[in-house]
Amino acid sequence: MALKRKNGRKLDELRPMSAEVGIIPNADGSAMFVFGKTVAIAAVYGPRMLHPQHMQNPETGILRVNYDLLSFSVEDRKKPGPSRRSQEISKVTELALLPAVDINEFKNTVIDVQIYILQANAGTRTAGINAASMALANAGIPMKSLITSVAVGKIDKELVLDVDDEEEHFEEGEGSTDFPIAKIYGTDEYSLMQMDGKLPPEMIPKALDMADEAFEKIYEVQKNALKSYVSGEDVK
Amino acid sequence: MKEFEDKNQEEFEDVGSEPSSRTIVVPGEIVSSGEDFLAGEGARREGNDIVASRYGLADKIGRVVKIIPFSGAFIPRRNNVIIGRVSDIVHSGWIVDIDYASNGFLPLMESPRFVNKNEMDQFLAIGDVVAAKVWNVSAKGIDLAMKGKGLGKLEGGFIFRVNPSRVPRIIGREGSMINLIKENTGCNVTIGQNGWIWVKGNDTDSELKARKAIEFIADKVLVSGLTDKMENWFKENK
Amino acid sequence: MSSMRTSNITKDTLRKMFLEGKRFDGRGMFDLKNFEVEYDVSYKAEGSARVRMGKTDVVVGVKMQLEEPYPDSPNKGNLMVSGDLLPLASPRFESGPPRFNAIELPRLIDRMIRESGMIDLSKLCIREGELVWTVMIDIYPINDDGALIDAASIGAVAALHNTVIPGIKEDRADYVNRTKDKLPLSDETIPITFTFYKLGSSLVLSPTREEEEACDAKITWGISKWNGKHMLNSCQKGEEIPFKKEEIIKIVETLPKLYDDTLKKLKKFLK
Repeated sequence: MALKRKNGRKLDELRPMSAEVGIIPNADGSAMFVFGKTVAIAAVYGPRMLHPQHMQNPETGILRVNYDLLSFSVEDRKKPGPSRRSQEISKVTELALLPAVDINEFKNTVIDVQIYILQANAGTRTAGINAASMALANAGIPMKSLITSVAVGKIDKELVLDVDDEEEHFEEGEGSTDFPIAKIYGTDEYSLMQMDGKLPPEMIPKALDMADEAFEKIYEVQKNALKSYVSGEDVK
Repeated sequence: MKEFEDKNQEEFEDVGSEPSSRTIVVPGEIVSSGEDFLAGEGARREGNDIVASRYGLADKIGRVVKIIPFSGAFIPRRNNVIIGRVSDIVHSGWIVDIDYASNGFLPLMESPRFVNKNEMDQFLAIGDVVAAKVWNVSAKGIDLAMKGKGLGKLEGGFIFRVNPSRVPRIIGREGSMINLIKENTGCNVTIGQNGWIWVKGNDTDSELKARKAIEFIADKVLVSGLTDKMENWFKENK
Repeated sequence: MSSMRTSNITKDTLRKMFLEGKRFDGRGMFDLKNFEVEYDVSYKAEGSARVRMGKTDVVVGVKMQLEEPYPDSPNKGNLMVSGDLLPLASPRFESGPPRFNAIELPRLIDRMIRESGMIDLSKLCIREGELVWTVMIDIYPINDDGALIDAASIGAVAALHNTVIPGIKEDRADYVNRTKDKLPLSDETIPITFTFYKLGSSLVLSPTREEEEACDAKITWGISKWNGKHMLNSCQKGEEIPFKKEEIIKIVETLPKLYDDTLKKLKKFLK
């Protein structure tokens, strides 16, 4: 009774991933993360001065995330400028990253995380979080661990990992459910959780287990990108 | 949630020696297991394991495991030498941009000779560069002092930036690297721990060579025996 | 990365260096940075390109939509150039309402393309007075190491050459069933911009961000060919200090050869 995915993937199979660190020389840290045809780039600037002054927090640094789609990343061109959707994703991304970073000593400062989607084929916020996580490490921000993120999905009655655009539009039976999750790798701390669709409560444990397996693979990709950035740098 | 603490490095040191005993680690990666080890800077204990809290090189010295970061913001500490640009003049002193989240402040009395309050810009104008020492770090800002060898208003030459975490490499063990650069270019070089570097030579070509050499070094994170390699570099780049 | 402004000593030294014809990266005063072009930044775009010019990195995408024509050109397609200086690209860029440079860049590229006649907009008319294609070019710097306008101009030209026209279904663009047609582009005219900066009495082309921030004035010229002859299409002087007549003439005299040399390199990347 197993669902056959149109793209030929197994239920728990992720799209091919790739990652690269240090792509934006001006930034303090930067990275790109790819899930299949979804491409996210992230840059970190900071800790740096925060204006206006009244936004400063004297007890800790603050994390400020800006996520957006480039106009031509989607089929129907998106008008430039933040939308409600991008504002919401910026906020939940900030909440996903915050528990992993140790920025108490950077009082009165801001750490800016800029995430842009060059090409969107579902899973953009999860790709963005994965990219931002590497960018923060690349910037030398003290972190408990990297943050890994994946969208668990459900197509009709079956749980799947990492749905793409086409699967997102599936309408038969119970339709398509989107369940993006992020976790601080190596811990029991889930810092992003959103859901949109139809999910029986008893499926949640399995969904979380599937996510955990994906996180192992994602962390490997992030780790390898960070390591090869340094050893690649020093060929001379 | 387990609280974890992570302090920045207190001392700056040359990471050029014995890299084979060091491995590249990322946050969350297990560096060592077992009760024998102690977590040093940039690492923490999680149950049986020592885990990295920074992206850098894991360094085991005896029982202590610490992480030497590849990158990270410059955090001013007392006695750090910094290079900054005067960004404003107020009645009690000069505001100095030290490329940090708050500005430095140089009090009027730090000038080497008596300066009248109406003539402050004749000593230091907006856009001028100083080499100064961090005197005090507080919630209000970073107080600077300028009395001491090698400190003061910098005239001539130019300033440029490298990643602050590369500064120890550029200085070298007991200044060996920076001395090599000075000898081979005949330039004055002052290195700010905030990553800003001042170079001044007798002519443009020596200044350009000094900058090129410094940027070459700053690029090399893992390479060992860098001082020897730089001696060759200078021979090849006469 | 730093947002520290240029210091007096660096500016003085650069002024001296420029008089000696020397630059930090060893280039000549009128040497363009080396550049390369890649395609397919986004498969959802009708065309897209990425230009790396030195460390400057700009992505450009083209989208097409069916719309009404403008009242004064009922049988021509529309062109719209937008963009933003993403805060990603520089410690100097911040989120919020666009600064002048963010407004200026797309407008300069727009004028360059429009006045060169590179796109035959009359071939983008579906039904006169009612339905035409709008070509929308979006320009996004992702790393600013100076000379953004010039990198963007090459990116826009490359992206346009890479563009495939969508299909049409019930008077709307059909992005699934695309045509195999490329945009109606002129074979003989490809516009490029060249931005010259000035420090003291020295003129410099294709500066790095460090050089740009020390300079006092800039002037951007768009140039292409019209009936086989070199033709200037657009111009904009920026920043505070004025240019002298002989400086303007000196710059303009370099443009034809600069254009020919750069076009040769660019053509290798255009398919």
